Amino acid sequence: MTEHRPHEFALQMVNIEKYFGPVAALRNINIQVGRNEIVGLIGDNGAGKSTIVKILTGVYRPSSGELYIAGRKVDLSTYSVRKAHEYGIETVYQDKSLGEKQALWRNFFVGRQITRRFGFIDVKKEKELANEIMLNTIGFRGRGITVDSKVSKLSGGERQGIAIGRAMHFEAELIVLDEPTVALSLKEVQKVISFVHKIKEGGKACVYISHAIHDVYEVADRFVIVDRGEVVGNIRRSDVTLKELDEFLLGYAHGLKDKQE
Amino acid sequence: MTTQSSTNRLRSLTASLSKVEGLPIALVLVVVFVAFMITAPTVFLKPGIYMSFFETIPPMLICGLGLTLVITAGEIDLSFPAVVALSGLALAWSYRNLDPIWGPYVGIVVALAAGALVGYTNGILVARLGVPSIMATLAAQFFWYGITILLAGGLQVALVGIKDHFLHELLVGRLFRGQVIGGQNFPGLPVQALWATALAVLMWFILNRHTFGEAVSFIGDNADVARVMGINVERTRVQLFTLQGVMAAIAGILLTLDIGVFYPTQGNYLLPVMAGVFVGGTSIAGGAGSIVGTYFGMYIIGSLEAGVVATTISGYWVRVVEGAVMAGVVVLNAIMGEGRLAALSERFRHWSTREQRSIPAHMTMEKPDEVLK
Repeated sequence: MTEHRPHEFALQMVNIEKYFGPVAALRNINIQVGRNEIVGLIGDNGAGKSTIVKILTGVYRPSSGELYIAGRKVDLSTYSVRKAHEYGIETVYQDKSLGEKQALWRNFFVGRQITRRFGFIDVKKEKELANEIMLNTIGFRGRGITVDSKVSKLSGGERQGIAIGRAMHFEAELIVLDEPTVALSLKEVQKVISFVHKIKEGGKACVYISHAIHDVYEVADRFVIVDRGEVVGNIRRSDVTLKELDEFLLGYAHGLKDKQE
Repeated sequence: MTTQSSTNRLRSLTASLSKVEGLPIALVLVVVFVAFMITAPTVFLKPGIYMSFFETIPPMLICGLGLTLVITAGEIDLSFPAVVALSGLALAWSYRNLDPIWGPYVGIVVALAAGALVGYTNGILVARLGVPSIMATLAAQFFWYGITILLAGGLQVALVGIKDHFLHELLVGRLFRGQVIGGQNFPGLPVQALWATALAVLMWFILNRHTFGEAVSFIGDNADVARVMGINVERTRVQLFTLQGVMAAIAGILLTLDIGVFYPTQGNYLLPVMAGVFVGGTSIAGGAGSIVGTYFGMYIIGSLEAGVVATTISGYWVRVVEGAVMAGVVVLNAIMGEGRLAALSERFRHWSTREQRSIPAHMTMEKPDEVLK
């Protein structure tokens, strides 16, 4: 049906546009993410990062354009959050990924429980799998944290690790991290970074949204820079130093690039 | 060295004990009854008073089981007393106006349907129209109670002859009645206590082992998280309120069958039932509920009044004692719940080691990052 070879790209956004009434929030967005690539989506507040994420995860419907996930063309007229899960897009939000008073094992499987007859949960199996995800998939080495621990006992970085591990377990083609390090201490940020490395090792793709470019620079293979609803930069990590990237972004922040045009 | 190992043992013991659901509240129940046995031995050393509790408390308990789930979901239901009355009237009306043999069966179906309808409309108001549940169910309490009074013409309805019906025997009969125990005639174990216990077991499994209960807990914890994880929040809320309506209807059926009369004011125990749920350790903040706690909590609340009266102290003291016991249990829950007992014993360990080795306070901080929090 499509000319794209399957799995060449985890994600392709082709000429995506989004209008809110007459206001163009996104114009001519073209983004590709390779199937084992980590793309840092960066830009200032209000640049359009979160609008892109919301289109990607089925929250917003784009005004025009095409979306391909693992080479399959997405029917945007019926696309939804649930459909995004079916297509293999998992999102880790900065603060609404886990139920705080619930045990870890419940958080891994909520919404997709392993059930016996009549909708009763197979607790033993869920706990076993949760334990395996914690130890093997994300290499979780928390102090005295078990699958029975409540999420409220975890630090901010550990929580993101749980959410990332959950996404990886459910065979995500693409894991979207929406500002995962906001409000975290430096030590916790390092934990999140190490979990993101696990995504790469696990052979998955990732879109890492942040405006903290120091964090993104450590993990991303490529940077897509968004400004005022448009993609203004597409730079491989090997072609740029952190300092150059910083200066590039600062140029937009100060409106210098506008004057040059 | 020996102090060290014994405090460790104490620590692991308290930690594992705090994991047993409802244990503190069960202990409080035992303490309350032991206190009554000491202060009112003539009443509390005989089976009669306990059988009386097994008769009066089950309808409250059944309302409380449903309410536990509602509160776990971060909602409240103030309308279940009206459902207890409405369902009782439905049963009484069917018995009086239909065939005396199969009428009660129809009555039970009508009563359950009435409860489900009230619960469903509550759910629609809360989940679909976004009315806060405290207001929606308060309005429902007035409305449906008013409808009940209206339909009953403000009068009580006697179910003459219902005590000979098979359903009476099945649902609210007496087991082992008249058997001689310790030289006394046993007054009989009310069967409704067994039904209520069976419902408690079922509700425990629904809350702790079923996808519905997990959805309820996550919604009460954080509805946004629940939604992002693919839970249909609105549908679950409607189902939850419908379930609570059915539970209140079951309570109304048992109550009306047991006393053989429909009273317009029956089921007027909103506050005691809420007290039983909270005493049982279910969090008003939502996200964490305990069916075991509600079970024992309701027996504490339901037996306090009769117990205090039996001690023959002045009747004016009844409310004072009730309030004091409730406050005490809620404080106990706050200390023991959420592993705070384990934290407490951790602190004991720190104190004891500090005394033992006389290490300066700043050097006992084994986990500085935890202290920072």
